[in-house]
Amino acid sequence: MTVQETRERVDAFPTRRIGGYRVRAGRPFPYGAHPVPGGVNFSVYSDRATAMRLVLFEKGAPRPVAELEFPPEFRIGSVYAMTVFDLDAENLEYGFRADGPFDPRTGDRFDAGKVLSDPYARLVSGRDVWGREPDWDDVYPYRANVLEDDFDWGDDTPLGIPTEDLVIYETHVRGFTRHPSSGVSAPGTYAGLREKIPYLKDLGVNCVELLPVFEFDELDNPRTDPATGERLHNYWGYNTVSFFAPKAGYAATGRFGMQADEFKTLVRELHRAGIEVVLDVVFNHTAEGNEDGPTISFRGLDNATYYMLTPQGEYYNFSGTGNTVNCNHPVVRDFVLSCLRYWVSEYHIDGFRFDLAAILDRAPDGTPLPNPPLLEQLAHDPILRHTKLIAEAWDAAGLYQVGAFPNYGRWSEWNGKYRDSVRRFIKGEPGLVGELATRMAGSPDLYGGRTASASVNFVTAHDGFTLNDLVSYNDKHNEANGEDNRDGGNDNHSWNCGEEGPSASAHVRDLRTRQMKNMLGILLTSQGVPMILAGDEVGRTQLGNNNGYCQDNELSWFDWGLVEANAELLEFTQRLIAFRHAHPVLRTVDHPVGSDRVGSGFPDISWHGVGAWRPDWSAHSRVVGLMRCGRHAKGGAVADDHVYIGINAHWESHDLELPGLPEGQAWHLFADTSLAAPHGLAEVGAESELHHPGRYHLGPHALVILVGRDRRTG
Amino acid sequence: MSFDGTLSVSEGIATIEVKGELDASTAPRFHDLVDQAAEQGAVRLEIDARHLGFLASAGLRSLVFARQKMGDEVRIAVIGATEPVSRTIRLAGFDHSIELIDA
Repeated sequence: MTVQETRERVDAFPTRRIGGYRVRAGRPFPYGAHPVPGGVNFSVYSDRATAMRLVLFEKGAPRPVAELEFPPEFRIGSVYAMTVFDLDAENLEYGFRADGPFDPRTGDRFDAGKVLSDPYARLVSGRDVWGREPDWDDVYPYRANVLEDDFDWGDDTPLGIPTEDLVIYETHVRGFTRHPSSGVSAPGTYAGLREKIPYLKDLGVNCVELLPVFEFDELDNPRTDPATGERLHNYWGYNTVSFFAPKAGYAATGRFGMQADEFKTLVRELHRAGIEVVLDVVFNHTAEGNEDGPTISFRGLDNATYYMLTPQGEYYNFSGTGNTVNCNHPVVRDFVLSCLRYWVSEYHIDGFRFDLAAILDRAPDGTPLPNPPLLEQLAHDPILRHTKLIAEAWDAAGLYQVGAFPNYGRWSEWNGKYRDSVRRFIKGEPGLVGELATRMAGSPDLYGGRTASASVNFVTAHDGFTLNDLVSYNDKHNEANGEDNRDGGNDNHSWNCGEEGPSASAHVRDLRTRQMKNMLGILLTSQGVPMILAGDEVGRTQLGNNNGYCQDNELSWFDWGLVEANAELLEFTQRLIAFRHAHPVLRTVDHPVGSDRVGSGFPDISWHGVGAWRPDWSAHSRVVGLMRCGRHAKGGAVADDHVYIGINAHWESHDLELPGLPEGQAWHLFADTSLAAPHGLAEVGAESELHHPGRYHLGPHALVILVGRDRRTG
Repeated sequence: MSFDGTLSVSEGIATIEVKGELDASTAPRFHDLVDQAAEQGAVRLEIDARHLGFLASAGLRSLVFARQKMGDEVRIAVIGATEPVSRTIRLAGFDHSIELIDA
């Protein structure tokens, strides 16, 4: 049976007029602005406001076209809701004006002189084109817009790649293609990144982690480059203005308000290429800063709800940026959860990396909670159930929770100890063999009782030296950031290989290449989830700057000329990634335990030194070998070869005795970083058998990867 | 702002010729033409954009509207769009659901 005649919906009729607009009491949920039959429904929360107005602008107009006060009967609890009819949603910008007390001691900072952006705005205008000088006197700089959800996703479904099988590539939407050498039609945009998908496929990564894409203001940085006097931008974007809105300035079509479509298209096309999308999200603070910061949204709507305040009403500063989001307040929890659900359901995002996530387990008074409700809720939420949740498990106020982040069996962590251990070992520091072994085995000391994929392993990330700079600089060189080189970390564990900065010496350059390969080799054969910083595969440099947050220029941008110039390193990385994909024994879910669990005659992981089966854990040792038994791959569920990784961080070469293999099998050479290209790197599956079956001569500062499998007969 | 749209249907192919500027104020007229084309059971919709000078966000949104109004089996082509117009369509990602054809 079908309904022959569609009746007009009763709720599509206005009940009264306010300010000349036909309106009716709105629906409190969902928050924000949503098209409904005949009009747009607006809903906003404020507990302490005494009056609330809906402020309407025609697109781009300097002054509002109307202000509609919510009558008392349009308020339910602390939510103001109103449906306004006959609006031209395409040509509309809206905000709120909240009146209430200004008394910082009680946490109230209402200012009826401000037009406030909607925290739930799904589209924001005002910074539509990256870097374009705005009208600084605009009464409403970040303007909420109404978004239509009419994107055609086709048959896009989540890829559902098991976390342990991921190879994550951390990149910046703008920086990836902004460089003139990128050759894309719209440099520095979602569309530009889309054009580079074939490169990502060739590289072999199956997950991109994007630096913040929620709307932020790249012009909120007051500093200038001391050498050039040029404006420094907030290039990284860890200063969110609007959590539900994709950054318009990252869209070639931002000026048309099409950023949501352009970004969704990027996600859809990445999925088609087998690549998941993880977003770096910043819920620990907002762009409103401290008492002296701008009032954009939260502060003016309900300061005491959204921010952690001291008993005196001042802002707690656990984020190091002036304010701290009150994440475990029930209203804010709901905000964070709604936001993540929105990105998963509307943008098909596969996972999130939470910036300074330790803040998310602090109570409203700043105390770390043993069972923080927000984290528990995210871990068990039905919509987020299969997304990847990755914590940066520390904050700027000394709460360091690597290995101890409340995880509910769901959360992974950026493993900062992995980064430091690999750097220090490869640099040649003594006393680190045992430490490195633990890190390569998936850090069971930190993540025992959890799966190995709890550990996101990385050597470099956006924050800190690039891989090339890690082997080219002993010290940071951040003068261009305008803070006399005081900013940025000092604990880099870097070694310049004999000369600070670019070097003309072939010896120094060769050593640097080898050291980069050594670290990539360790990263991609370690248990856990490897993350690569974009550009490290081609030796991208920031000239020693280890805090490029404000460098929107060649210093940070991916120079595509390096793809050719450093083709050798790129090929090495490509093949290493392919090697990881080809060998499930490296991607086993459970931590290896060092015993034979499948009756293969070999432990799942075994340790070796210069002598087979005789690892040297002593303080002066700089050599270690590990063997993974292929019969243990994925808990014995799939067949794999044996894999041996020998690492020599010593400045002298060593003869390594190799562990014996079952009858009929032999060691084959996949990679040796001490051999000049094209030697020392095989195609995956086409490795050649070693001439000397039981020994391997490994050069100084080098790494070898061998595959143990059946001898080719005939 | 001027806009002029005309619909002609021949052998299952609907052609909408658009002239002038397609934006928020003129998009409803374009939508009416798409509605009519759908009602007449067109199996292909051609949008003759040779004389379309400007495509605002509402105009882009109209292409989404046309795509969804016409149903999956109907092919939609934008013909002869100027470089700025076709570039915008490509960057937004609509060229996957809509054909772009040179005049």
